[in-house]
Amino acid sequence: MEAMKLEMDSLSSNEEFARVVVAVFMSRLNPTLEEIDDVKTAVSEAVTNAVIHGYQNKPGKIYIEAVIEEHTLTVTVEDRGVGIANLKQAMEPMYTSDPSGERSGMGFSFMEAFMDQVQVETQPGKGTRVTMKKRVAG
Amino acid sequence: MLEVPFIYEAKGQVLIIHLPKELDHHNCRSLKYETDLLLAENYITRIVFDFTRTEFMDSSGIGVLLNRYKQMAGSGGQVTLYGAGPQVHRILSVAGLAKLVPSYETKEAALVG
Repeated sequence: MEAMKLEMDSLSSNEEFARVVVAVFMSRLNPTLEEIDDVKTAVSEAVTNAVIHGYQNKPGKIYIEAVIEEHTLTVTVEDRGVGIANLKQAMEPMYTSDPSGERSGMGFSFMEAFMDQVQVETQPGKGTRVTMKKRVAG
Repeated sequence: MLEVPFIYEAKGQVLIIHLPKELDHHNCRSLKYETDLLLAENYITRIVFDFTRTEFMDSSGIGVLLNRYKQMAGSGGQVTLYGAGPQVHRILSVAGLAKLVPSYETKEAALVG
Protein backbone atom coordinates (compact mmCIF):
# COMPACT_ATOMS: atom_id res chain seq x y z
CA MET A 1 0.00 0.00 0.00
CA GLU A 2 1.14 3.51 -0.84
CA ALA A 3 -0.52 6.70 0.36
CA MET A 4 -0.34 10.49 0.14
CA LYS A 5 -2.04 13.35 1.95
CA LEU A 6 -2.56 16.92 0.87
CA GLU A 7 -3.96 19.77 2.91
CA MET A 8 -4.61 22.97 0.97
CA ASP A 9 -6.52 26.23 1.14
CA SER A 10 -10.00 26.23 -0.35
CA LEU A 11 -9.21 28.37 -3.38
CA SER A 12 -10.45 27.94 -6.93
CA SER A 13 -6.84 28.24 -8.13
CA ASN A 14 -6.11 25.00 -6.21
CA GLU A 15 -8.60 22.96 -8.26
CA GLU A 16 -6.02 22.38 -10.97
CA PHE A 17 -3.26 21.78 -8.42
CA ALA A 18 -5.30 19.07 -6.66
CA ARG A 19 -6.20 17.11 -9.79
CA VAL A 20 -2.61 17.26 -11.07
CA VAL A 21 -1.19 16.01 -7.74
CA VAL A 22 -3.56 13.03 -7.72
CA ALA A 23 -2.83 12.34 -11.41
CA VAL A 24 0.92 12.27 -10.74
CA PHE A 25 0.42 10.01 -7.71
CA MET A 26 -1.69 7.52 -9.70
CA SER A 27 0.85 7.40 -12.54
CA ARG A 28 2.73 4.62 -10.66
CA LEU A 29 -0.22 2.34 -11.54
CA ASN A 30 0.66 2.74 -15.23
CA PRO A 31 -2.78 4.09 -16.11
CA THR A 32 -3.93 4.92 -19.63
CA LEU A 33 -4.33 8.58 -20.58
CA GLU A 34 -8.08 8.07 -20.44
CA GLU A 35 -7.91 6.70 -16.88
CA ILE A 36 -5.81 9.70 -15.82
CA ASP A 37 -8.36 12.07 -17.39
CA ASP A 38 -11.19 10.23 -15.59
CA VAL A 39 -9.55 10.68 -12.19
CA LYS A 40 -8.58 14.30 -12.90
CA THR A 41 -12.19 15.11 -13.80
CA ALA A 42 -13.60 13.38 -10.70
CA VAL A 43 -11.10 15.09 -8.37
CA SER A 44 -11.79 18.44 -10.02
CA GLU A 45 -15.53 18.01 -9.41
CA ALA A 46 -15.10 17.07 -5.75
CA VAL A 47 -12.69 19.93 -5.03
CA THR A 48 -14.88 22.44 -6.90
CA ASN A 49 -17.85 21.32 -4.77
CA ALA A 50 -15.80 21.92 -1.62
CA VAL A 51 -14.75 25.41 -2.77
CA ILE A 52 -18.15 26.56 -4.02
CA HIS A 53 -20.58 24.66 -1.83
CA GLY A 54 -18.72 23.39 1.24
CA TYR A 55 -16.97 26.69 1.99
CA GLN A 56 -19.23 28.99 -0.09
CA ASN A 57 -16.09 30.59 -1.55
CA LYS A 58 -14.94 31.56 1.96
CA PRO A 59 -11.60 30.51 3.48
CA GLY A 60 -11.21 26.93 4.65
CA LYS A 61 -9.04 23.85 4.24
CA ILE A 62 -9.54 20.97 1.86
CA TYR A 63 -8.04 17.58 2.76
CA ILE A 64 -7.16 15.11 0.04
CA GLU A 65 -5.95 11.58 0.58
CA ALA A 66 -5.03 9.08 -2.07
CA VAL A 67 -4.21 5.42 -1.48
CA ILE A 68 -3.05 2.75 -3.89
CA GLU A 69 -3.77 -0.84 -2.91
CA GLU A 70 -3.03 -3.51 -5.46
CA HIS A 71 -4.62 -2.10 -8.63
CA THR A 72 -7.12 0.21 -6.96
CA LEU A 73 -6.83 3.93 -6.39
CA THR A 74 -8.91 5.42 -3.59
CA VAL A 75 -9.23 9.21 -3.40
CA THR A 76 -10.86 11.06 -0.52
CA VAL A 77 -11.76 14.75 -0.74
CA GLU A 78 -12.93 16.27 2.52
CA ASP A 79 -14.06 19.70 3.66
CA ARG A 80 -15.19 21.00 7.06
CA GLY A 81 -17.73 23.36 5.50
CA VAL A 82 -21.52 23.65 5.58
CA GLY A 83 -22.30 20.07 4.60
CA ILE A 84 -25.19 19.05 2.38
CA ALA A 85 -28.68 19.20 3.93
CA ASN A 86 -30.37 17.17 1.17
CA LEU A 87 -27.84 14.75 -0.26
CA LYS A 88 -30.34 12.87 -2.42
CA GLN A 89 -31.31 16.08 -4.19
CA ALA A 90 -27.68 17.23 -4.49
CA MET A 91 -26.77 14.01 -6.27
CA GLU A 92 -29.58 14.24 -8.81
CA PRO A 93 -28.24 14.93 -12.31
CA MET A 94 -28.60 18.60 -13.29
CA TYR A 95 -29.56 19.71 -9.76
CA THR A 96 -27.71 22.84 -8.71
CA SER A 97 -28.21 25.21 -5.79
CA ASP A 98 -26.51 27.96 -7.80
CA PRO A 99 -28.88 30.67 -9.05
CA SER A 100 -26.57 32.14 -11.75
CA GLY A 101 -27.25 29.38 -14.28
CA GLU A 102 -23.52 28.92 -14.86
CA ARG A 103 -23.33 25.64 -12.94
CA SER A 104 -24.39 22.53 -14.81
CA GLY A 105 -25.31 20.45 -11.74
CA MET A 106 -23.36 17.52 -13.18
CA GLY A 107 -20.56 17.35 -10.61
CA PHE A 108 -21.69 14.18 -8.80
CA SER A 109 -22.85 12.59 -12.09
CA PHE A 110 -19.34 13.08 -13.50
CA MET A 111 -17.72 11.57 -10.40
CA GLU A 112 -20.01 8.54 -10.77
CA ALA A 113 -19.44 8.32 -14.53
CA PHE A 114 -15.65 8.40 -14.31
CA MET A 115 -14.96 6.42 -11.13
CA ASP A 116 -16.01 2.85 -10.26
CA GLN A 117 -17.41 3.77 -6.87
CA VAL A 118 -18.40 7.05 -5.19
CA GLN A 119 -19.45 7.40 -1.59
CA VAL A 120 -20.55 10.68 0.01
CA GLU A 121 -20.74 11.26 3.75
CA THR A 122 -22.02 14.62 4.91
CA GLN A 123 -23.23 16.31 8.06
CA PRO A 124 -24.88 19.72 7.92
CA GLY A 125 -22.64 22.24 9.67
CA LYS A 126 -19.74 19.77 9.89
CA GLY A 127 -18.63 19.09 6.33
CA THR A 128 -18.54 16.58 3.52
CA ARG A 129 -16.30 13.67 2.62
CA VAL A 130 -16.30 12.13 -0.84
CA THR A 131 -14.56 8.77 -1.26
CA MET A 132 -13.97 7.57 -4.82
CA LYS A 133 -12.43 4.34 -6.08
CA LYS A 134 -11.07 3.35 -9.44
CA ARG A 135 -9.46 0.12 -10.53
CA VAL A 136 -6.52 0.55 -12.87
CA ALA A 137 -5.35 -2.60 -14.60
CA GLY A 138 -1.97 -1.06 -15.48
CA MET B 1 0.28 32.64 -13.39
CA LEU B 2 -1.48 35.81 -14.56
CA GLU B 3 -3.10 34.33 -17.62
CA VAL B 4 -6.10 35.89 -19.35
CA PRO B 5 -8.40 32.87 -19.65
CA PHE B 6 -10.55 33.95 -22.58
CA ILE B 7 -9.81 35.77 -25.80
CA TYR B 8 -12.86 37.13 -27.58
CA GLU B 9 -12.98 37.67 -31.32
CA ALA B 10 -15.93 39.36 -33.01
CA LYS B 11 -16.56 38.51 -36.64
CA GLY B 12 -19.68 40.17 -37.98
CA GLN B 13 -22.54 38.64 -36.02
CA VAL B 14 -20.35 35.82 -34.71
CA LEU B 15 -18.58 35.88 -31.38
CA ILE B 16 -15.62 33.50 -31.22
CA ILE B 17 -14.43 32.61 -27.71
CA HIS B 18 -10.94 31.13 -27.56
CA LEU B 19 -10.83 28.89 -24.49
CA PRO B 20 -7.92 28.30 -22.10
CA LYS B 21 -5.86 25.13 -21.60
CA GLU B 22 -7.79 24.20 -18.46
CA LEU B 23 -11.52 24.89 -18.57
CA ASP B 24 -12.52 24.51 -14.91
CA HIS B 25 -14.46 26.53 -12.33
CA HIS B 26 -11.43 28.72 -11.59
CA ASN B 27 -10.90 29.74 -15.20
CA CYS B 28 -14.62 30.10 -15.98
CA ARG B 29 -15.30 32.71 -13.30
CA SER B 30 -15.04 35.76 -15.57
CA LEU B 31 -16.78 34.33 -18.64
CA LYS B 32 -20.40 35.06 -17.77
CA TYR B 33 -19.74 38.72 -16.98
CA GLU B 34 -17.58 39.24 -20.05
CA THR B 35 -19.87 37.52 -22.55
CA ASP B 36 -22.96 39.24 -21.10
CA LEU B 37 -21.25 42.57 -21.75
CA LEU B 38 -20.29 41.59 -25.29
CA LEU B 39 -23.79 40.26 -26.07
CA ALA B 40 -25.35 43.47 -24.74
CA GLU B 41 -23.12 45.69 -26.88
CA ASN B 42 -23.10 43.68 -30.13
CA TYR B 43 -25.68 41.98 -32.30
CA ILE B 44 -24.56 38.36 -32.07
CA THR B 45 -26.42 35.44 -33.68
CA ARG B 46 -23.79 32.75 -33.12
CA ILE B 47 -21.24 31.93 -30.44
CA VAL B 48 -18.34 29.71 -31.53
CA PHE B 49 -16.12 28.11 -28.88
CA ASP B 50 -12.53 27.37 -29.86
CA PHE B 51 -11.24 24.31 -27.95
CA THR B 52 -7.96 23.92 -29.84
CA ARG B 53 -5.87 24.90 -26.79
CA THR B 54 -8.04 23.08 -24.25
CA GLU B 55 -6.63 19.92 -22.69
CA PHE B 56 -8.97 19.62 -19.73
CA MET B 57 -12.64 20.41 -19.11
CA ASP B 58 -14.95 19.46 -16.23
CA SER B 59 -18.63 20.14 -15.47
CA SER B 60 -17.86 23.85 -15.07
CA GLY B 61 -17.17 23.98 -18.81
CA ILE B 62 -20.46 22.19 -19.44
CA GLY B 63 -22.22 24.84 -17.35
CA VAL B 64 -20.68 27.57 -19.46
CA LEU B 65 -21.69 25.91 -22.75
CA LEU B 66 -25.22 25.13 -21.54
CA ASN B 67 -25.85 28.65 -20.31
CA ARG B 68 -24.61 30.20 -23.57
CA TYR B 69 -26.82 27.74 -25.46
CA LYS B 70 -29.86 28.84 -23.42
CA GLN B 71 -28.97 32.51 -23.96
CA MET B 72 -28.64 32.10 -27.72
CA ALA B 73 -31.61 29.73 -28.14
CA GLY B 74 -33.81 32.40 -26.56
CA SER B 75 -33.11 34.70 -29.50
CA GLY B 76 -32.93 32.03 -32.20
CA GLY B 77 -29.13 32.02 -32.26
CA GLN B 78 -26.66 29.14 -32.39
CA VAL B 79 -23.73 27.84 -30.38
CA THR B 80 -21.06 25.66 -32.01
CA LEU B 81 -17.55 24.55 -31.15
CA TYR B 82 -14.42 23.32 -32.86
CA GLY B 83 -11.01 21.81 -32.11
CA ALA B 84 -12.10 19.52 -29.24
CA GLY B 85 -9.61 16.80 -28.22
CA PRO B 86 -10.43 13.35 -26.78
CA GLN B 87 -10.92 14.44 -23.14
CA VAL B 88 -13.29 17.27 -24.11
CA HIS B 89 -15.22 14.97 -26.46
CA ARG B 90 -15.80 12.43 -23.69
CA ILE B 91 -17.04 15.11 -21.31
CA LEU B 92 -19.39 16.48 -23.98
CA SER B 93 -20.83 13.04 -24.72
CA VAL B 94 -21.25 12.05 -21.03
CA ALA B 95 -23.06 15.37 -20.49
CA GLY B 96 -25.24 14.73 -23.55
CA LEU B 97 -24.36 18.08 -25.03
CA ALA B 98 -23.48 16.94 -28.55
CA LYS B 99 -27.02 17.54 -29.83
CA LEU B 100 -27.34 21.04 -28.43
CA VAL B 101 -23.88 22.30 -29.30
CA PRO B 102 -22.57 20.75 -32.53
CA SER B 103 -18.86 20.06 -32.71
CA TYR B 104 -16.73 20.66 -35.83
CA GLU B 105 -13.15 19.90 -36.74
CA THR B 106 -12.31 23.32 -38.14
CA LYS B 107 -13.05 26.92 -37.36
CA GLU B 108 -14.44 27.46 -40.86
CA ALA B 109 -16.98 24.66 -40.41
CA ALA B 110 -18.01 25.91 -36.95
CA LEU B 111 -18.62 29.41 -38.33
CA VAL B 112 -21.21 28.23 -40.87
CA GLY B 113 -22.31 24.77 -39.59
